[in-house]
Amino acid sequence: MSGKESGYLDMELLRFTTAGSVDDGKSTLIGRLLFDSKAIFEDQMEAIERASMRSGGEQVNLALLTDGLRAEREQGITIDVAYRYFATPKRKFIIADTPGHIQYTRNMVTGASTANVAIILVDARHGVLEQTRRHAYIASLLQIPHIIVCVNKMDLVDYSEDVFNTIVKDFESVASNLSVLDVRFVPISALEGDNVVTRSENTDWYDGPTLLYLLENIHIGSDINRHDFRLPVQYVIRPQSKEFPDFRGYAGRIAGGVLKKGDTVTVHPSGFSSVVKGINIFNKELDIAYAPQSVCIELEDDIDISRGDMIIKEGNGKPLCIEQDFDVMLCWFNDNNMVPRGKYTLKHTTAEVRCMIKEVKYKVDINALEKNSDNQELGMNDIARVSLRTTKPLFFDAYNTNRNTGSIILIDEGTNETVAAGMIL
Amino acid sequence: MDNYQINHLRELEAESIFVIREVTAQFENPVMLFSGGKDSIVMFHLARKAFWPARVPFPLMHIDTGHNFQETLEYRDKLMEATGTKCIVKYVQDTIDKGRVVEEKGYNASRNKLQTVTLLDGIEDMKFDAAMGGGRRDEEKARAKERFFSHRDEFGQWDPKNQRPELWNLFNGKKNMGEHFRVFPISNWTEMDVWQYIYMEEIELPSLYYTHKRKVFERDGVILAAAPFMTLRNSEEVKEMNVRCRTIGDITCTGLTLSEANTIEDIIQEVAASRVTERGGRADDKRSEAAMEDRKKEGYF
Repeated sequence: MSGKESGYLDMELLRFTTAGSVDDGKSTLIGRLLFDSKAIFEDQMEAIERASMRSGGEQVNLALLTDGLRAEREQGITIDVAYRYFATPKRKFIIADTPGHIQYTRNMVTGASTANVAIILVDARHGVLEQTRRHAYIASLLQIPHIIVCVNKMDLVDYSEDVFNTIVKDFESVASNLSVLDVRFVPISALEGDNVVTRSENTDWYDGPTLLYLLENIHIGSDINRHDFRLPVQYVIRPQSKEFPDFRGYAGRIAGGVLKKGDTVTVHPSGFSSVVKGINIFNKELDIAYAPQSVCIELEDDIDISRGDMIIKEGNGKPLCIEQDFDVMLCWFNDNNMVPRGKYTLKHTTAEVRCMIKEVKYKVDINALEKNSDNQELGMNDIARVSLRTTKPLFFDAYNTNRNTGSIILIDEGTNETVAAGMIL
Repeated sequence: MDNYQINHLRELEAESIFVIREVTAQFENPVMLFSGGKDSIVMFHLARKAFWPARVPFPLMHIDTGHNFQETLEYRDKLMEATGTKCIVKYVQDTIDKGRVVEEKGYNASRNKLQTVTLLDGIEDMKFDAAMGGGRRDEEKARAKERFFSHRDEFGQWDPKNQRPELWNLFNGKKNMGEHFRVFPISNWTEMDVWQYIYMEEIELPSLYYTHKRKVFERDGVILAAAPFMTLRNSEEVKEMNVRCRTIGDITCTGLTLSEANTIEDIIQEVAASRVTERGGRADDKRSEAAMEDRKKEGYF
């Protein structure tokens, strides 16, 4: 990187999601991060002050910042995933703020799908609850690479080290049954600001980092699969112009791995191989490209390639799966229940096929974290292991190998609504 | 940063290019809305990147309120000519003449709200099935809940409580006849990201964004440009000041900033130091707490 891209433009992007119920102080925490990082502007602050006075609050209610729709302000609830932004000199942050009560699973799964980090809030007074287990389970199901457990409201338990340690122990025992990759714990008070942005003198027994320090420094370079090159073809660029009469470029967003000019690649479903002649982003020629760049590549040979095809590099990485029958962990998102043996449109990378629900292997009781094989009904917010059969083979990786090539959504063919999201096993 | 890591602007760029290409692949007849403001200029720049070396495979559409800054129109025409792009212009005046809407009266009269009808008529007349807009989620609280692919019913309306979940990179653009989508490729950009990107990519902007001398007047603490169709109160007096636009809309509702910023670097400094959001000067948002939400439900940009 050179010139204008070095220096202050050289920031990383980190996406995180926040999980917690209304009373955990989630909105207050987000308000605190935005406020202390100066992402709240005067006119927004004035609007919140006015609204706080109207609802009779003593302190300025930072939670009001995140309630965007009229119905939400009236009812004091959050309806939908809201996206918030702030930046420090090190990183730019995108927060997917998900509501804690209605349609909880659906919203948290949505927010979690693109997150590098999940912040799970635990009320210090109540400890690890059923809902904490639920949040941890979803974070592991969606394979969020990092989890930060914020033990909040430490001010209400006299900043007790014992309370904190008990919660750490309890959470670790929950996490040991799940596939969570990296868990950190921070004792905080979102209301008072302890250990959110600045270190607190009230917790002198805690020598770990503040929440913001973690968000700024957690290593996210390995969150993307760097081993197995995957380019789902999104669009074929053929200018057929005087200047570029024979140009044929395959455009898409690299879903994993690294590609160099001169590499040999294989195209699915045809199975033909060719050599990479050029890689470009706009009029800039690249020697090397990697996820998550959106590029356009040219090949040495004229092969029939269209949208939905997958260009890969064979190597010592994991082989691409080419299957019509596979299992997914499915989260159901719609008021209409899943139809057993029903047919749905399936979207996977840039491919679209029809599929049939073959079998519900088991449902997950998300509160007890147990498998239940008796009940085959799948309704709103249910999670289950389901076997699917597609009309054509899909080119995929397991979700835990690559989130981009291991995820699907199902669309109802009657209503066109997105009814489910799935992680391929 | 590590090897094989891209900075935040390049990651946002990659995401937006992906979304723009996805629109072209999923829809029959897409259009890109163009206002001549910095957000639509950046969005159009991303579209050119997405399809290079081919031309942008869809037209642009400009909703002309008739209350424009002249500089915006000049910039638009120059850019379209230089890039060989077709720009459809739909006039709010035509909608008024047809009796589809009634012009607002009084001191704060604005055609901002009337645009929605012209826009929806334009989409329907031209049978566009997807309209890309430069809306950003950080602009306003109702926008924070907007999807990249936002479904609109046959009346062009937005139902914020019944939006499709949007996960990973999987966008569902399926719809019935007569419905359309609004797509927001730069959803995840902030005002600062837009300015930094303009700086990094050396994108040319209308002169309005830089400091210039202009005849202005003050109303309710907001500096507005003087124009023949603006009705002044007796207490309001026209002065000449050094100002620039932080956001460009219709003249009647675009607040100007006192500024000496001459270069993009100056502007970035100014934005970084600013304590008011860019829409803080937009009279259209001040009408009520849910002004944007209400306009969006009806089919506003």
